[in-house]
Amino acid sequence: MLLASCLLACALVAPVAGLVAIAAEGSGGAWPHLLNYVLPGAVRDTLILLTGVGCLVIAMGTGLAWLMTAYEFPGRRIFEWALLLPLAVPTYIIAYAWLDLLHPVGPVQDALRALLGVTGAGVLPVPDVRSMGGCILLLSFVLYPYVFMPTRALFLMQAGGLLEAARMLGAGRRGVFFRVALPLARPAIALGASLALMETLNDIGASEFLGVRTLSVSIYATWVNRSNLPGAAQIALALMALAVALILIERWARRRQRYVSQTQRAPRARPVRLKGWALAGALTAASLPVLIGFVFPALYLVAQAWRRIAFAGLPHDLGEQIRNTVTLSAFGTLAALCAGFMLAYAVRITRAPLAAASLRVGSLGYAIPGTVLAIGLLPGLMELDGALADAIDWALGGTAGLILSGSGAALVYAYATRFVAISAGGVEAGLSKLSPSLDCAARALGETAGGALRRVHLPLLRPALGAAALLVFVDCMKELPMTLLLRPLNYETLATHLYGEAARGTYEDGAVAALCIVLVGLAPVILLGRLSRRPSLAHAAPNPPAPIPSAVAASP
Amino acid sequence: MKKVGFLRSVVSIAMFSLGACSFASAQDGQVNLYTTREPGLIKPLLEAFTKASGVKVNAIFFKDGMAERVAAEGSRSPADVLMTVDIGNLIDLLDRNVTQPVKSPALEAAIPANLRAADGSWFTLATRARIVYAAKNLSLDALNYENLADPAWKGKICIRSGQHPYNTALTAAYIAHHGVDKAEAWLRGVKANLARKPGGGDREVARDILGGLCQIGVGNSYYIGIMRSGQGGADQKAWGEAVKAILPTFEGGGTQVNISGASVAKFAPNKENAIKLLEYLVSDEAQKLYASHDFEYPVKAGAPIDPIIQSLGALKVDPMPLADIVKHRKTASELMDKVGFDN
Repeated sequence: MLLASCLLACALVAPVAGLVAIAAEGSGGAWPHLLNYVLPGAVRDTLILLTGVGCLVIAMGTGLAWLMTAYEFPGRRIFEWALLLPLAVPTYIIAYAWLDLLHPVGPVQDALRALLGVTGAGVLPVPDVRSMGGCILLLSFVLYPYVFMPTRALFLMQAGGLLEAARMLGAGRRGVFFRVALPLARPAIALGASLALMETLNDIGASEFLGVRTLSVSIYATWVNRSNLPGAAQIALALMALAVALILIERWARRRQRYVSQTQRAPRARPVRLKGWALAGALTAASLPVLIGFVFPALYLVAQAWRRIAFAGLPHDLGEQIRNTVTLSAFGTLAALCAGFMLAYAVRITRAPLAAASLRVGSLGYAIPGTVLAIGLLPGLMELDGALADAIDWALGGTAGLILSGSGAALVYAYATRFVAISAGGVEAGLSKLSPSLDCAARALGETAGGALRRVHLPLLRPALGAAALLVFVDCMKELPMTLLLRPLNYETLATHLYGEAARGTYEDGAVAALCIVLVGLAPVILLGRLSRRPSLAHAAPNPPAPIPSAVAASP
Repeated sequence: MKKVGFLRSVVSIAMFSLGACSFASAQDGQVNLYTTREPGLIKPLLEAFTKASGVKVNAIFFKDGMAERVAAEGSRSPADVLMTVDIGNLIDLLDRNVTQPVKSPALEAAIPANLRAADGSWFTLATRARIVYAAKNLSLDALNYENLADPAWKGKICIRSGQHPYNTALTAAYIAHHGVDKAEAWLRGVKANLARKPGGGDREVARDILGGLCQIGVGNSYYIGIMRSGQGGADQKAWGEAVKAILPTFEGGGTQVNISGASVAKFAPNKENAIKLLEYLVSDEAQKLYASHDFEYPVKAGAPIDPIIQSLGALKVDPMPLADIVKHRKTASELMDKVGFDN
């Protein structure tokens, strides 16, 4: 088990190792230039972006989770899953959609002008979304569910008893939230926020389009325009170190705290019924994120797609693209889930530091931008692919092609290296909720190790596995840079098709694909919402998919 | 037992999906294309080729990293033809040693000598000019690239990211003409004139001019055709018609032109078909498509230019050799950072 877990971690961290190898070729004198002209600005912008998105997703995610837990109002049950919908919208789509909507010649300003009776484009003081502020807002409105989901689950599970106790001891509502609920939710918030921030850090599509120069964009310029791949790899590794450091600091800050859940399921603390202004406020607060992060962009896509379909009919290969997307994402999910389970379970069973280290090292891939990760993966992968082809030649004769990269298996592997952090984190969190006495009881009652896994752990972990699978699936579907780089010949997914159309600027054609991405992503997101509503599952289900967190959690 | 059944079905699905793909890279009547060009631009050309030759084209459309992938694939790479835009990207392919020289009288006859490698390791297929879009009502008919730094344009210029290859190539050409110091001063001047942060694509420049955010901007010539023809939808037609195109020149030079081109891959398993494809792409039929569907300037002398592009005015190509421009690419990209163009 231990050996297998180590080998698996090695396989998963191979792309990062590949990057280190590339970086070691020497930077070709890139650093003086970078230090003088690029990094000060890029680091500042990256930090502003991270701080902005971090604050907003935490405020929105936690606030909304508390609203859904402590209060009762009409429509609350709908909001509970509707608030997850923005998860289905990739950052690059929301950036395109809102730029179009708010542009001086877009529908919003057209309508405003008609309403105010003014003419002439550019006369209205509508802020340009192509700015740091716009980028922070847009990213936050699609990334807050990463915080909302685990925090909500935590409130549901733990809050009940403790919150009642706090109330009985005389704390006001505000006090309960700030002095009890919030500190309790800190691990969940931290893990959710770290996921959202990692997505922000690695985002290139949206930030580049909106004119925000992050470190990831600098990696691109170094690599693509100055043909300096080693230099780019060095920045990427530095970026990864930054991400790991941030998480370490947060962990260190709460090193003395222990979070133990005594209850498997807790009654919901009696919620307050909202009326009047408070009700209106709650409805606004809950609907705004859904409207901005999902409804408006989706409606816009529907309108654009409708125009395209009315004009030219459905794109003829749409069916194939949907099939490719779903197949590829399903295999990617399966791979990431198996790998994540294996890594996390090995820690549980062996309790060996080596297993824990494997878990942490194996999930490093999430902290590196997709394209760069794929570039790191290429040399090793193709070496393997070549060796495989050699073996086939030797066995069967003839000249075999490259099987892994020719079949999409390379892509499945790439998805696993990137998203195993999510599944491993989910399983780890799920396992941590199961008392070790369960293991002892199972074994004492005569179960074999395999039996304990099959008949005790797996059934209990099902919700955690399900939630992790859905999250990974949605992420695989939205994934673009690795898919572009590693796919086989003649293989289009919805995301790659959308990219092709967007690059050419035929947005209407792309709208159909974009809409499909959102629609196909909707099903797992709604499932996820249902999963997290069942109280018995809630605690385990969407639990903090801990990426690097688990990767760097130093054993005490 | 249940688990074994599950495993078995997973394995059989995997085997099935593997089996559905074909792995032998050398196949009769096929050619494999790796390209960074947009599928919508290239597919009509590929379909026309298949129709004319009977050779099926398999393609992967990349964004970045095409050279890295081919290099990593090594001798078993299925790639036959590598096609990209920007002379710098073509030179990157040569530097990575993933191309091979080929001899083809047809290619040599169709492409002027300065637009292909002497040894046949890369060929230009079409060209495009980096031009200026201006608001329709502006009384402006001619412009030098140098003028873009003129303080008279303060707050009136839109442009995409300075780190986009189209802009680094333009700057590299500026360096080739005037030297690094003057290029830096020019970039600072242009930067000071910008109406908004550099971003989006070339078409956003036209849209922002329509939206009143800026009065002039820099973009590629073919986007005018794509927008005005209605190929990009009704909205874009309005953007394209809101601007007039000006073909700027360098002082004492001409309009900066970049290329789209292709090479035969070093380990091309279908080399013959690869050459066949390239030869087709410079045939009269394909060059006409390059002009009428992609709105590029055909590389072949005498091939017709699309009427929309023709209406932009006569193109006076800058005589500065591409090889002299491309060597300043890195410096140009560094200058962009140095002046904080994108900040």
